[in-house]
Amino acid sequence: MDIYRPASWSEALEVKRGAPESVPLAGGTDLMVDLNFGRARPQALLDLTRLAELAGWDRDNGRVRIGAGVTFTTLIAELAPELPGLAIASRTVGSPQIRNRATLGGNLGTASPAGDALPPLLAAGAEVEVASAARSRRIPLEDFFIAPKVTALEGGELIAAIVVPVADGPQQYSKIGTRNAMVIATVSFALALHPGRRRVGTGIGSAAPRPLRATEAEDFIGGVLAEHDLWSSGAPIPEPASARFGELVAAAAQPIDDVRGTVAYRRHALAVLARRTLAWAWSDYRSAA
Amino acid sequence: MSRASTAPVAPPVAPPKEGVPVQGGVGTSALRPDGVPKVKGEFAYSSDMWDEHMLWGATVRSPHPHACIVSIDITDALKHPGVHAVLTHEDVAGRKTFGLERPDQPVLASERVRYRGEPIALVAAAHPETARRAAEAVHIDYEVLQPVTDPEVALDAATVALHPSGNVVRHIHIAHGEPDPEADVVAEATYEVGMQDQAFLGPESGLAVPDGSGGVDLYVSTQWLHVDREQLAASLALAPEEVRITLAGVGGAFGAREDLSIQIHSCMLALTTNRPVKMMYSREESFYGHVHRHPARLNYIHGATTSGELVFVKARLVFDGGAYASSSTAVCANAATLCCGPYEVPNALIDCYAVYTNNPPCGAMRGFGAVQACFAYESQMDLLAAKLAMDPVELRLRNAASTGTVTPTGQKIEGPAPVAELLTRVRDAPLPPPGSPGTPDIRELPGGVSNATHGEAVRRGIGHAAGYKNICYSEGFDDYATARVRLSAPAGEPVVEVHTAAAEVGQGVATIQLQIARTELGVEAAVLRPADTSIGSSGSSSASRQTWMTGGAVKTACEAVRERVLSTAAEVLGAEPGELYLSNGLVMSLELGAVYSLAELLGDTVVEATREYRHAPTSPLDANGQGNAHAGFAFAAHRAVVDVDVELGLVKVVDIATAQDVGMALNPQAVEGQIEGGIAQGIGLALMEEVQVIDGVIRNPSFTDYLIPTSLDMPPVHADVLELGDPGSPYGVKGVGEPPVISSTPAVVAAVRAATGRALRRIPMRPDDVAGLTDRSPAGEAPREPR
Ligand SMILES: Cc1cc2nc3c(=O)[nH]c(=O)nc-3n(C[C@H](O)[C@H](O)[C@H](O)COP(=O)(O)OP(=O)(O)OC[C@H]3O[C@@H](n4cnc5c(N)ncnc54)[C@H](O)[C@@H]3O)c2cc1C
Repeated sequence: MDIYRPASWSEALEVKRGAPESVPLAGGTDLMVDLNFGRARPQALLDLTRLAELAGWDRDNGRVRIGAGVTFTTLIAELAPELPGLAIASRTVGSPQIRNRATLGGNLGTASPAGDALPPLLAAGAEVEVASAARSRRIPLEDFFIAPKVTALEGGELIAAIVVPVADGPQQYSKIGTRNAMVIATVSFALALHPGRRRVGTGIGSAAPRPLRATEAEDFIGGVLAEHDLWSSGAPIPEPASARFGELVAAAAQPIDDVRGTVAYRRHALAVLARRTLAWAWSDYRSAA
Repeated sequence: MSRASTAPVAPPVAPPKEGVPVQGGVGTSALRPDGVPKVKGEFAYSSDMWDEHMLWGATVRSPHPHACIVSIDITDALKHPGVHAVLTHEDVAGRKTFGLERPDQPVLASERVRYRGEPIALVAAAHPETARRAAEAVHIDYEVLQPVTDPEVALDAATVALHPSGNVVRHIHIAHGEPDPEADVVAEATYEVGMQDQAFLGPESGLAVPDGSGGVDLYVSTQWLHVDREQLAASLALAPEEVRITLAGVGGAFGAREDLSIQIHSCMLALTTNRPVKMMYSREESFYGHVHRHPARLNYIHGATTSGELVFVKARLVFDGGAYASSSTAVCANAATLCCGPYEVPNALIDCYAVYTNNPPCGAMRGFGAVQACFAYESQMDLLAAKLAMDPVELRLRNAASTGTVTPTGQKIEGPAPVAELLTRVRDAPLPPPGSPGTPDIRELPGGVSNATHGEAVRRGIGHAAGYKNICYSEGFDDYATARVRLSAPAGEPVVEVHTAAAEVGQGVATIQLQIARTELGVEAAVLRPADTSIGSSGSSSASRQTWMTGGAVKTACEAVRERVLSTAAEVLGAEPGELYLSNGLVMSLELGAVYSLAELLGDTVVEATREYRHAPTSPLDANGQGNAHAGFAFAAHRAVVDVDVELGLVKVVDIATAQDVGMALNPQAVEGQIEGGIAQGIGLALMEEVQVIDGVIRNPSFTDYLIPTSLDMPPVHADVLELGDPGSPYGVKGVGEPPVISSTPAVVAAVRAATGRALRRIPMRPDDVAGLTDRSPAGEAPREPR
C-alpha cells in the first residue's frame, strides 16, 4: 500500500489528480476501523492530517467556513454560539478520544446515514466546498449524499470545507441510542428555527439510506407559524400542530429493520424527537424574544 | 535449616505482640502486582507477545451455520508467497475432537460444519495479512443444509440429529416433595433471555514455540492451564509433559476462555513449521471464536397460599447450547438446581434441557446458568406478589431461605444463608433523591448525552431481587487446587515464593495468593511465580472458586512450611512448637517475645511444601434430581432505582443498592471491584447486551453494535458487604465474583416494569419493548412434557 503525505492542500490535490484511487485519511476513526475489519483494502492512502488549510474555520458574511479537518472537539469548543445544533450533535459523537480525532470532513466522507453532523448541517442549510486540482465548486449538502457511503465527489475531488449559515435562531439535535453515551444513532433529528426567513429547517438521521430533510414537515410547521403570526407573537405552538409536525417527520423517513432498531420504533421515536426538539427550540425563541 | 547461630537474637526494643499484622496481608486492600503496569499501559497482554522468528496463524472458518463439506482445496493458498503451512483435519495428529466436558467439537471440521465460524483450515505465514489472504484462497465446497436454530425444534424427535447422540445435550429432571400439591394462587409466565457475550477486551491470542524435539511451549491467555493441556496433548498426540503451557497476560475472561480457541491450532502450526507461531483473533473473529452465555426460554408456574407461602414451583427450562457441548451440561445442572431461587420451596417439579442447535456454541459465562434462572424466578416472585396484592419484598421475606433450608435437590444449606437480612438491607438503604427539577443535566436523564429528553415522559421505578449461586465445582467433580510455597532468605531477608497454576484473569487471584502467604508466614516480601503447568492443577478460574480453592491450597502449603520452621526453631530453643509463632520476619515466643530472626534461622536453607486442597465432596444428582450436588452457596440482593423515558423506552439506572455475604473480605477493594463490575454486566444484560443471531448468523459481531454499559450507564453502587464466614472454606471466604451479576438484572427489569407497567419478559429489554411498541415477551404457556 502506498501512503502519500502531502504537505500542502495544493499538493494534496495534485496527488489526488495523479492517483485518483488513493483514499483520503483524516482522523481515521472510520477508515482505520474498515481496514482493521478487512472491509477496505485501499491501494493507496492520502494522508490529510498535516494540512493546516483544512484544520481551521473562519467567519465571513454571515457564514462559517469550516475546514474539512476540523475535529468535533473544536466544533464544541469554538463554534457552539454560531452553530448550536452542530455543537449539540458533536457532543453526542463517540467518546472524548474519538471527538479529538474525528473530523467533520470525515463524517461527510463516510456518508453514513447515522453521521451525527449531517442532520444539523441539513437543517441549517449547509453547502459542501469540494475541490480538485482543476476547480472548486459548492454542492448543497442535500445533493451531496447519493446512497450509503456514496457521495457526489468526482474522480480527483476532495472535500475542502463545509460552509454553514450562522444560526439566526435556536437549533436542536436529539438522537436515540440504546445506551447513554458512545452510541451510533438508531435514529436522530435536527431542527433549526430561521426567524429571519420565517422558516424551519429539519434533518433526519439513521432513518433512510441517506440523511434527509423532512420538507413537507418544514412547510407545514412554517405555514402554521406564519398563519397565526406566531413568529411575532411568540405564542405557544398549538399542540395538534406540533403533533402533526411529528407525524410528518416520521412519514418522511424510510427506515429499515436492523440490529439497532425496527421500522416501527424508528418512526415512533422520530415523531417524539420532532415534537420535543420543536418545543425546546420554540421555548428558547420565546424566551429570547 | 541454619544451625550456624544458636543464640537467640537480642529482643527488639518493643517486641511485636501476637497478631501484629504483616503489611499487605489478608483483610487489607493490598496493591495488585499487575495494577500499576495495567494503568500505565505497560502490562504485557497475550496479544503483545513477539518472537523475532515467529509466523502468524490465521483460521479459515465456515460461512454457513450448517453444511456438509464436499471438498477442501488448499493448493492456491499454499502457492501464496510467504505462506509456510496450510493445515486441515488431516493434519490433526491425535484426537480429532476436543471439548471441556465431552470431546464433540472437531479441531478442524472434516465432513460437516455445525455453526457459522467453525474452523476448517489453518494458515501460517510470515505476515498476518499474508496469512489472512491465503486463508481466503482456501477453496471449500459445501453442500449447504438447513440450519436448526430453534431449540424447541431441535428437541423435536422429527428434527435431524446434529450429533450422533441426538440433540439433547442434557436433561435434568427434579421431583421434590409432593407431585400434585394444591395452591390458592398461581402465577404462570414464560421468560426469555438473549445471548450475552463476555465482551472481554483482550482478543484470543497466544504464542506457540516448538522445542525442537517434538514438544511445544504455549503462552496463552486462558482460564485453566491443565484442562487446556489435557486437550492439547490428546489432539497433538503428545505426552502431557511435552506440552508446557504458561499463562500469558489475560485481558478479561468471564468464562469465555474456558474453551479452547487458538491453543491446538497454534501448536499444530508451530510443530509443522518448526517456527514460533502467533495467533490473535480480530474483534469480529473473536465473536465467532468463543462461546457465549446460553440463550434460554423458561416456563414457570408458582403456587402459593393466600398468605403468600410458596407451595410449589413447576418449571421447564430450555437452554440453547449451540453447535457443541462446551460446558452445557454443567450450566444445565446449575440452572436446574438453583431454579427455585433462595427460597423455601416445599414442592418442585423441574425439567431443564440443554440442546444442540446450529447457533454459535454457548458455554461458560459469569453466573453460569444461575443468571437465566434468576431473571425468571425473581420475575415470578413479583408476578406472584402482584396476584397476592402483596409487597414484593414482603413475599420474598416470608419465603426466604436460611441455614438449614432444604433445596429442591434435597440438599440442606449449611452455613449462613442470610437471604432475609440481605433483602431487608437493600430495601432499607437510603433512596436517591428524586430527579432534579429545573434545568436538568442531560447526563442524568434517560438517553444521556444523546439529548433525547429534558424530563418529558420520565418516570421513576424501583425493583428488588435476590439470588444465589453454587460456589466451586459440583456434582461429585474432584475439584482441587495445588500450591507450592518456598520460604528462604536469599539476601539476609526472608522471602516467600508462591507457585500455582491459578489463572489471573483480572479478578485478583495473584494478589490474594500473596496476601495469604504474607499472613501465614509473617513475611512481607512475597513473590508469585508465573502460572504454568510445571506445577499441579489449580482448577479453573471460574465458579467463583479461586480464592477458596487456590487460596486454600496456598494457605495449606504455608501452614506446612510454618510447621517445619517452627519445629526446627523449637528444637533449637528446646521449646514446644506450640509456644512459637511467626510475625513480621521474626520467630516469636508467647513467653519471650522475639526469639529469632527468621532470616538467621533459615540461613541458606529453603523450606518448601507442595499441597493440594479439596473442598468437601459433593455428589451427583440421581434420576429425580436429588443429591448434595453443591459445595457451598453465596447469596446477594439488589435494589435498582431507574428513570425511564416511557415514551422513547430509554432507561437511566439511577442507583443500585446491594447487600452480599462474602464470607470474609480478604481484599476489600477487590471485593468492591467484583461487586461493581458484576453489576455493570447485570445491567448490560437487562438493557443492551445481546449477540443478535438470525438464522445462525451473528448480526452484530463488533463493539459498534454489541453494546456494553459505559460510565454514563453505570449508576453509583451502595454495597453492604457482610462477612458471616463459611464454615467449610479457608478464612470463611465465599466466592464473590458471580452473585453481583445474578440478581442485579432482575432488579433492573423489575424497576423498569414498575415505571412502565409493562410485562417485559424478555431480556435484554429493547427500547421498543419498554415503550410498548412491541411485546417480545414470549407467550405464557404451561410446562409441557418433552416431545
Ligand atoms: C468508537 C467510535 C465511535 C464513533 N461514534 C460516532 C458517533 O457517535 N457519531 C458519528 O457520527 N460517528 C461516530 N463514529 C464514526 C467516525 O468517528 C465519524 O464518522 C468521523 O466523523 C469520521 O471522521 P475521521 O476524520 O476519523 O474520518 P476518516 O476515518 O479519516 O475518513 C472517513 C471517510 O471520509 C473520507 N474523507 C476524509 N476526509 C476527506 C476529505 N477531506 N475529502 C474527501 N474524503 C474524505 C475518507 O476517505 C473515508 O472514506 C465513531 C467511530 C468510532 C471508532
